[in-house]
Amino acid sequence: MEGTSVLAQPRQEMESAVVRFAGDSGDGMQLTGSQFTLATALAGNDLATFPDFPAEIRAPVGTTYGVSAFQINFGARTIRTAGDAVDVLVAMNPAALKVNRSDLKPGALIIVDTGAFNAKNFAKAHYAADPLEDGSLDAYRILRVDMSSATEKAVESHGLTKKEALRCKNMWALGLIYWMFGRDRQSTVDWLETKFGKTPQIANANIAALNAGHAYGETAELPTGVRTYSVPAAKLPAGLYRNVTGAEALAWGLVAGCKLAGLPMTFCSYPITPASQLLHLLAGAKSYGVTTFQAEDEIAAICAAIGASYAGALGITSSSGPGIALKTEALGLAISVELPLVVVNSQRGGPSTGLPTKTEQSDLFQAVYGRNGDAPLAVIASRSPHDCFEVAIEAVRLATTYMTPVMLLTDGYLANASEPWQLPSFADYQPFPVAFHSDPEGFHPFRRDPETLARVWAKPGTPGLMHRIGGIEKDYDSGNISYDPANHQRMTDTRAAKIAGIARDIPAQGVEQGSERGRLAVVGWGSTYGPISRAVANLRNAGEDVSQVHLRHIWPLPANLGELLAGYDTVLVPEMNNGQLVKLLRAEYLLPAVGLSKVSGKPFKIAELETAIHAALEGREP
Amino acid sequence: MNVVTPPEKLERKAKDYASDQEVRWCPGCGDYAILKAMQKTCADLALRPENTVFVSGIGCAARFPYYMSTYGFHTIHGRAPAVATGVKLANPELDVWVIGGDGDMLSIGGNHLLHVLRRNVDLNVLLFNNEIYGLTKGQYSPTSRIGTRSPSTPGGSLDAPVSAALFALGSGARFVARAVDTQQKQLPEVLKRAHGHRGASFVEIFQNCIVYNDGAFEHFTARDVVEEMQIYVEHGRPLVFGKNRDKGLRLKPGSIALEVVELGAEGPEAAGVLVHDETDRMLATLLAGLQPPLPVAIGVLYCDPAESYEHQVVGEQMAAAVEGDIDALLRRGHTWTVE
Repeated sequence: MEGTSVLAQPRQEMESAVVRFAGDSGDGMQLTGSQFTLATALAGNDLATFPDFPAEIRAPVGTTYGVSAFQINFGARTIRTAGDAVDVLVAMNPAALKVNRSDLKPGALIIVDTGAFNAKNFAKAHYAADPLEDGSLDAYRILRVDMSSATEKAVESHGLTKKEALRCKNMWALGLIYWMFGRDRQSTVDWLETKFGKTPQIANANIAALNAGHAYGETAELPTGVRTYSVPAAKLPAGLYRNVTGAEALAWGLVAGCKLAGLPMTFCSYPITPASQLLHLLAGAKSYGVTTFQAEDEIAAICAAIGASYAGALGITSSSGPGIALKTEALGLAISVELPLVVVNSQRGGPSTGLPTKTEQSDLFQAVYGRNGDAPLAVIASRSPHDCFEVAIEAVRLATTYMTPVMLLTDGYLANASEPWQLPSFADYQPFPVAFHSDPEGFHPFRRDPETLARVWAKPGTPGLMHRIGGIEKDYDSGNISYDPANHQRMTDTRAAKIAGIARDIPAQGVEQGSERGRLAVVGWGSTYGPISRAVANLRNAGEDVSQVHLRHIWPLPANLGELLAGYDTVLVPEMNNGQLVKLLRAEYLLPAVGLSKVSGKPFKIAELETAIHAALEGREP
Repeated sequence: MNVVTPPEKLERKAKDYASDQEVRWCPGCGDYAILKAMQKTCADLALRPENTVFVSGIGCAARFPYYMSTYGFHTIHGRAPAVATGVKLANPELDVWVIGGDGDMLSIGGNHLLHVLRRNVDLNVLLFNNEIYGLTKGQYSPTSRIGTRSPSTPGGSLDAPVSAALFALGSGARFVARAVDTQQKQLPEVLKRAHGHRGASFVEIFQNCIVYNDGAFEHFTARDVVEEMQIYVEHGRPLVFGKNRDKGLRLKPGSIALEVVELGAEGPEAAGVLVHDETDRMLATLLAGLQPPLPVAIGVLYCDPAESYEHQVVGEQMAAAVEGDIDALLRRGHTWTVE
C-alpha cells in the first residue's frame, strides 16, 4: 500500500502555520481565505492575512497574471505579519503554482487540483511540461486531488449546471484544509446559508462541497507526508474580539471620531483601488447619520468635502496616490481657508497608475510636501488594520481642533489585510466637541485661538457672522483680501506655526521594544510595523542591542524625536519606497540615518529585515 | 375690536446686500449691472443674509461673493459647483448661489457643471458669459466665436464655441434661463424665477467685457436692435417679438426648426405662432439654438421641476451629528470571547 491513513497519526502540533490559497481571480480565493480566517480566529489563534489579487477583475482564465491569492499566518503565539514563507499552498491551477512557488518553505505541502492540470493550462501558464511530473517539485510534498471532478460529484444531486458546480470547488478545497487543521466548519456553513439565502440550492451545493472536501481528508488514503496539524490557541489578553480589516477599522474610526466631535460627516469620494472599500463601508453607515457622496471625479470629491466643512459638517475624502495628486489644488484651498478636512490616502504602487492592487508607502513626500506654496498640513499613518480605528479618531481630532486638513496614510496592504482586534469600549474615548463661533462681537473669520492658532469656525446660517473667505491671501487682522507683503509673511508663518504646534498636543515618541539609547534603532512608519516588530523581537531574543521606534505622527514629528534618535549609534529606516522618511529625518535632525528600501509591491519579509539589521549592526550597508 | 396685526415683513433694501469691500471690476464692466440686479433681487425677495451663500470659482465674475454682505466662498478655478454641492449636502437649508464665467464653468469646470445640473442639486447657477478670458488678459474662451483674435489666437480661433444653454439642457438641467446684464427689468425677474425653482437653476447672463471683448453682444442687445433681435419668452404667451410686436416664431413646415413669421391682422394664432411652454424640453432646445439672423431667446427657456438631489440624500435640514451606538457598530458580525 502506498501511503498511510492519517487517522492513525495524532495531529502534529505547530506553533504557527502559513497557508496560501491561490487560483484564478474568478475562483473565489479571497472568499475562501476570509472564511478560513474567521474559522481560525474562532479557534483562538492570533493571525494576520494578506490578500494579493490582480488589478483585472476577471483576467483570462488560467494565466499567471490572473492569479489571485490569499495568505494567512496563524499561530499559538503573537502573529505580526502574514508570514514570510508558505507551509501549505493550495494551487487551483498550474498558473497559481507557478506564481507562488518561490514563496514556499522547503518541504512545504502543495495541494493541487489535478482536474485543472492539463495541457491547455500548462500552455497558459507557460509550462513546457507537467510540473508535477518533471521533478521540479521534488523539494516539496504534493497532494494531487482532482478537486474539479470530486466537487462535481459532491454537488451532482443539487441540479446545478456544470459551470455552477465547478464554482463550488473553492469550498471543497476549504473543507480539506479545515480537516487538515482541525477547524470547525460551522461558521462557513452559517455564512453560506446567509449569503445564498435567496438561492438555497446554491447554498446547499456549496455546503455539500465543503463537507465533501472535509470527508475526503478523513477517509482517503493520502500519500506519506500529508497529515493533520494542530495549531493551539494563542494566549491573547482576555476580552471580546473580532476580525477587522484596515478599511473597516478606518470607516468605524471616522464615524466614532465624528461622534466624539459632535459633527455630521459628509464623506465624498471617487472610486479608486484600493480606497473604494471605505466608500462602500461608509455608504452602509447611513443609520449613524453619515452622508456619502460619490462625486464625478477626485477634484469634485475633495471640493464637496471642503464645501461640507465650510457649511459645518466634517468633510472627509478618500483616495489613493493618483487621486490625491488630483486633489492637490483643493487641498491648498482648505489650508488657505483653514477648514477641517480629513484626507485618507490608501497608498499603492506608483508612479502614475503604477500597481493599483499592490502595496507601497511612496506617498509620504506627497503628503508632507506635495503642494504649491508653503502649504503645511498634519500627516498621520496607521500601523496595522486595527490601528486604523485609533488613527481615524486622531485625524478627526486634529482636523477639528486645529482647523486644518489632515492626511491619513494607510496602504493597500492595511486596507485589505485583517487581524483579530480586542474590541475597545467607546466610553473610554475622550470626546472633543466642536464649538461653532456665534458671537458677532469683534468677529472676523480669521480670529485665532491664542493656544492652537486655529481660526474660529463660523458656519453659514449663523446670524451676524456673514463673511467671505477664499484662496486669496487674507489680512491677519480682518480676514479681508490682502496683498500686503508683510501680511503674507505673517500669514505664512502663522500657518506653519499652527501645524508645528500640533507637536505639543501629541504624545512624546516612545520606544516599542528595547531601550531609549543603544547601538541601533529601527525606525518605521505605517504597515511595516508587523515585520519590523517581529524582526526586532527575534534579534533581541538573540541578544542583539536593537530597539524599535514606530511613528504614527509623520508631520509634525513628535517633539522629542530628534533627541530620542540621537541616542542611538545607528538609525535604520526600512520603508516600502525609495527612501522618504529617511530623508525627512535626515533633513529635520541632520541625522545620518540609513534607509532600507523595498518597492516590489509586497510587504517586507521578516528575514529581509533581520539581514538588514545584522548588516547595520556590523556597520555595513543594509 | 381686535386688530389683527399682519406678520412683520422685513423691509430690505438693495444696499443692505452690499458688503463693505471696494468693488474692483473695470469701470463699465457688465458685472456691475449684474451685481446691482442681484442685490435688488435679494432685497425684493427679502433673503436672509445669514442663510444666503455665494460660491464662486476663479475669474472676474468669481470675485462676486466679496461684494455681497452674505456668506461667501471664493474657491478654485472651475470647482464652485462641486464646493456648492458639499455645502448643500451639509446644510440643505442654505440658499446657495454659484457664480462663474464662461471659462470657469465651461472650460476648466465643464465637468462639474454637467454633474451639478444632471444631479439637480438645489443651487442657483449663474454663468456670466462674456465670450473671453478677462482676468488672464484676453485669451479666447470656450464660448468665443470661430475666428476670435486674441493673444493666444493671433490668427483667429479655430474651435467651435459651446452654447451654454444647450450644454445645460443636454446635461439634464430642469431650469434653463437667459438674461442680459444691462436689461435691469428682466434680469431680476429671471433671477427671482431661478431662486424660486427647487433644484439646479441655470442662468446664462450675457455680460459685456468692456476691455477685452467690448460689444460682443451688441448685435442683439444694442438699443436700436434689441426689439428685433431678441425674443423675451414667457410661459403661456405666444412667441412674438419685434418693435411693433408683428413677428412670431413658428415651426418651419416639414422640419423641426423655428422660423420667423410676419403676423397678419388675425394675430399670432392664425399665423401659426407657437405658445411658449417652458415645460417642453424640445421647444427649449430650439429656442436655445436660435442665432442671428433669428432673434436670440431671453427669459426662462425651460422649467420642469424634479426632486432635488440633496433633498433625497439628507432631507430638508442641516445634516445631524453622527449618532448611534459605536460599540454596536464595532460588534457587528462575528465576535468571540477570549477567557
